[in-house]
Amino acid sequence: MTAAPSRVVEIRGLTKSFRTGVTALQEIDLEIEAREFVSLIGPSGCGKSTLLRIIGDLIPATSGTVLVNGKAAHQARLDHDYGIVFQDSVLYDWRTVARNVSLPLEMLRWNRAKRQARVKEMLELVELTGFESNRPWQLSGGMQQRVSIARALSFDPALLLMDEPFGALDEMTRERLNMELLQIWAKAGSTVVFVTHSIPEAVFLSTRVVVMSARPGRIAEVIEVDLPQPRTATTREEPRFFELVTSVREALAAGRGDAARPAAAEDLY
Amino acid sequence: MAQVAAASPSEERRHRGVARRVAATRAATIVLVLAALWGLWEGYKWLWETTGWTWPFVVDDTTMPHLHDIVGAFGDPATAGGPALIHPLLDAAWFTAKEALAGFLLGAAIGFALAVVLAHSRLLERGLLPYIVASQTVPILAIAPMVVVGLGSKGVEGWKSVAILAAYLTFFPVAINTLRGLKSVDARALELMHSYAASRWHVLWRLRVPASLPYIFVALRISATASVIGAIIGETPASIQEGLGGAIVNFNQYYSLQPTFLWATNVICAALGISFFALVAITERLVLRRAPENIA
Repeated sequence: MTAAPSRVVEIRGLTKSFRTGVTALQEIDLEIEAREFVSLIGPSGCGKSTLLRIIGDLIPATSGTVLVNGKAAHQARLDHDYGIVFQDSVLYDWRTVARNVSLPLEMLRWNRAKRQARVKEMLELVELTGFESNRPWQLSGGMQQRVSIARALSFDPALLLMDEPFGALDEMTRERLNMELLQIWAKAGSTVVFVTHSIPEAVFLSTRVVVMSARPGRIAEVIEVDLPQPRTATTREEPRFFELVTSVREALAAGRGDAARPAAAEDLY
Repeated sequence: MAQVAAASPSEERRHRGVARRVAATRAATIVLVLAALWGLWEGYKWLWETTGWTWPFVVDDTTMPHLHDIVGAFGDPATAGGPALIHPLLDAAWFTAKEALAGFLLGAAIGFALAVVLAHSRLLERGLLPYIVASQTVPILAIAPMVVVGLGSKGVEGWKSVAILAAYLTFFPVAINTLRGLKSVDARALELMHSYAASRWHVLWRLRVPASLPYIFVALRISATASVIGAIIGETPASIQEGLGGAIVNFNQYYSLQPTFLWATNVICAALGISFFALVAITERLVLRRAPENIA
């Protein structure tokens, strides 16, 4: 990526309403700089996944502009500017692990030797060397999600979009993958937009947490996470970590309009 | 966490032992079922003959020959002084197999192509699908003479016309099932392809077709037997003598004299259908090496 603009995502006055009349997102303004790790957090129905999909041009915005790498989101998608990771790994079970990782490279018409070299590199990055010829269903959920991350990063996209990637995993696997994701992020040097339900996960991973409120989806507050990098297992035990978790929780409660019951957000933990 | 460790030699040996036991069980099942069918046939025949029951039909050596007589008929001369029946029957089976195979391949290709076109255009799907369904309500006996005579006047050999009739029965299940498979692709997987800005061609061959292979193979199993039926039935109105259809018509006429010949022909017809089915099943097993729960 030569001469990449430092602003990777620029969203101005974004509104999304569905045909049913529901306004999913209202007047969203958000800028994301290169190498940032931004989490979108909020209650169910706040439109955080919708926002992620609009950035990725998987669904259109109703009004407003979304620029990725200084280009319209549509052009950015055509230019393969982002990789995406969903909640389920969406691996093709008729392909081996290696051929799943190389899938986007085939679309980009890389030759076989180049593909093989990159697949090897990516599987090293996500620590799955040795599993090249396994089938996805032979791997655990956490390993499948790592394959999915390797696939998303295989073509060096400037932006990594992650839609609750660890939502279906148990707490221990999730915490380990959080650590691994940060290491991958540091090594790959990409920018990440990360949708999550989990406050500790958002605080632990992010450089900024975007707290959203529901009906209509709006940005309630943006919280800078000033925890030192690189984050380690002990980061979760620092007082500052708990302070930030508390501020996110309060911002969420304020967004719901009931600051009196800050810990009661039913689908957050 | 790495529960995918390569199988150790002892595990492999155990696996092979299990596989052998499974094969033995399967062979034993086949033998048992055949024995039971033999028992049913001969038991029924014996009971009806000794009691003299005539309902629903009179049982004697003409209506229900002994099974050993049917098997023995393979060795009887087909015509006075001619070769054993098995030889002309195998020749006929080969002839019909050729028609059925050509029809099966042609029909499968047409069915697949149709499904691909319909999957990409809702307008065409709405417009054409009713007629495709309607095509299957026309009895093959009604169109067979038209196809055979029509193509025959253009100098097309009879067996090729029959192959087209077999294709007429084959394409339908393939088209319907493939269409369903192509359209049942996981929405997330499609979004993923979309995120790569994949062309329709890439989405088709890298996602839709591989994802619908289980559907396609279900259809191919149905079509495999249907193509044999189509070939046999197609020969009759086409007055083609060389195949199994011709043999059936022929031995039908001599049924009161030689009932075992018709039964023996039926056995060969069934065997041909079963081998077509087995061929598809084996291919499926080679092609679809995926999650065990996804193997139909």
